[in-house]
Amino acid sequence: MRLVVDLNRCQGYAQCAFLAPDVFAMHGDEGLLYDPQAEAAQRERVAQAAAACPVQAILVDELDLAAAGEAPDA
Amino acid sequence: MPDTALEQLKRSGRIVVVGASLAGLRAAETMREKGFAGSLTLIGDEPYEPYDRPPLSKSVLLGRADADRTLLPRRRALDAEWRLGVPADGLDMAARTVRLADGDTVPYDRLLIATGVRARPWPNEAEGELDGVFTLRTRDDGAALARALAAGPRRVLVIGAGFTGSEIASACRERGLEVTVAERGDGPLVGALGGVIGAVAAELQREHGVDLRTGIMVTGLEGDATGRVRAAHLSDGTTLECDVVVVSLGAQRNTEWLTGSGLGAGPRGIACDAGCRAFDIRGIVTDDIYVAGDVARSPHALFGYQFLSLEHWGNAVAQAETAAHNMLSESTERRPHLWVPAFWSSQFGVNIKSVGVPSMGTEIMIAQGSRAERRFTGVYGYQGRVIGAVTFDNSRWLQFYEQQIEATAPFPLPFTTVDRRSDGHKPMPADFPDPSVPTHGPTITLSGYSPADRRITFTPAGH
Repeated sequence: MRLVVDLNRCQGYAQCAFLAPDVFAMHGDEGLLYDPQAEAAQRERVAQAAAACPVQAILVDELDLAAAGEAPDA
Repeated sequence: MPDTALEQLKRSGRIVVVGASLAGLRAAETMREKGFAGSLTLIGDEPYEPYDRPPLSKSVLLGRADADRTLLPRRRALDAEWRLGVPADGLDMAARTVRLADGDTVPYDRLLIATGVRARPWPNEAEGELDGVFTLRTRDDGAALARALAAGPRRVLVIGAGFTGSEIASACRERGLEVTVAERGDGPLVGALGGVIGAVAAELQREHGVDLRTGIMVTGLEGDATGRVRAAHLSDGTTLECDVVVVSLGAQRNTEWLTGSGLGAGPRGIACDAGCRAFDIRGIVTDDIYVAGDVARSPHALFGYQFLSLEHWGNAVAQAETAAHNMLSESTERRPHLWVPAFWSSQFGVNIKSVGVPSMGTEIMIAQGSRAERRFTGVYGYQGRVIGAVTFDNSRWLQFYEQQIEATAPFPLPFTTVDRRSDGHKPMPADFPDPSVPTHGPTITLSGYSPADRRITFTPAGH
């Protein structure tokens, strides 16, 4: 599944790295590295990370989310 | 009375987007969100669906992501016709057609140009074609450079210490590779952030084992008998042995395909109004051609109506959304592109972020933290107001300073800031290089004409 983080918004709260550690990882105190194309098995965790992000910086592919039944209004 | 032409456009018009990267994709999605039901064509010179570029100089070089796995997520299904792998090479404004390199023509009712920029190549073509010499802009560039770094070169030379060059050097050190950075200016990042911050960036590089050489130009690259780069000649007379060279000298705008079209396009980008409508060469705004992303240059009310061209990820998204909205709106419903510039970089374990236009700043004040700790907020002042801010590992402050910039808050800051350290509360010269002396080129270029004084300044090409 494709995802992108708006790093202008990201403030390094690290919720995503806690909820989906195989996809998101802190790099230094505040920087974030992530896998832009996560494995399908990570779908649930990535959806949780996106929902938990305090600044709502994570965008997950709408079609991937719909496939997981997670899309809010698809 | 509703505009019947607009209704017809929305129902059955033809919209063509030239440029299939971040701006083109987000614009196309926004058009569909606005109810555009006509035909939508996206034209891209690369054979790939829109992908994200920032990871190419970070995760990809660290080997944590593959260059072919950074495709951008979609906000919605597009129902578009994709013409990928074939660049546009001409525009006929009267006939309203785009000509493609394969000879095809694509007619439009509304056109969005989002052709972006490309890496500036090494000026000596033969040297630039040596094996082991790279630039970094595209997915193919990223894959090739990642392969070269993974092969364990003995020494990498990075030419140019802007953001991309510095990120590449950082990735090299993280991989344990020896790296030399040659920068013509006084320090890394000086074009974008000035000498005060450049000095911090220089210390950061040296602490991490980068062989940073400032005030130095690379005068030539030398290959061996098999056509592989083996050394670089420097302006101080020395020779540096290296088996990978990354040319990181900024970007050139992709406007050549518009030459002769009558559109106001050139090496500095495509001039457009705050509503993203392109100007023609007479200075008259067009009704049916819009511009967004790195290739656009538009006046910003908050910064003296100067024409800003911003090679920023966030600008591409925001301007694309504004352009798409305006393409499908009546004139009174159109919105200005008033995004406050913002960007980020990640290097040597430090998260660097900025808002506003630091390069307009004449003074800087360290408002939070300290430079010695590599954790601080620097606030830039211009003519008694706050014009920009930069943070090193201090990004949660940035939003506050963005509000100060939007409110044209006075500089020096009239309030006492928290977490103030030894750097104190004193403004000092921001120490930007003289713009008439070429360095690696800032990420933001300003040109001055405003509605208040209708001067037209002609600046010759030659980048």
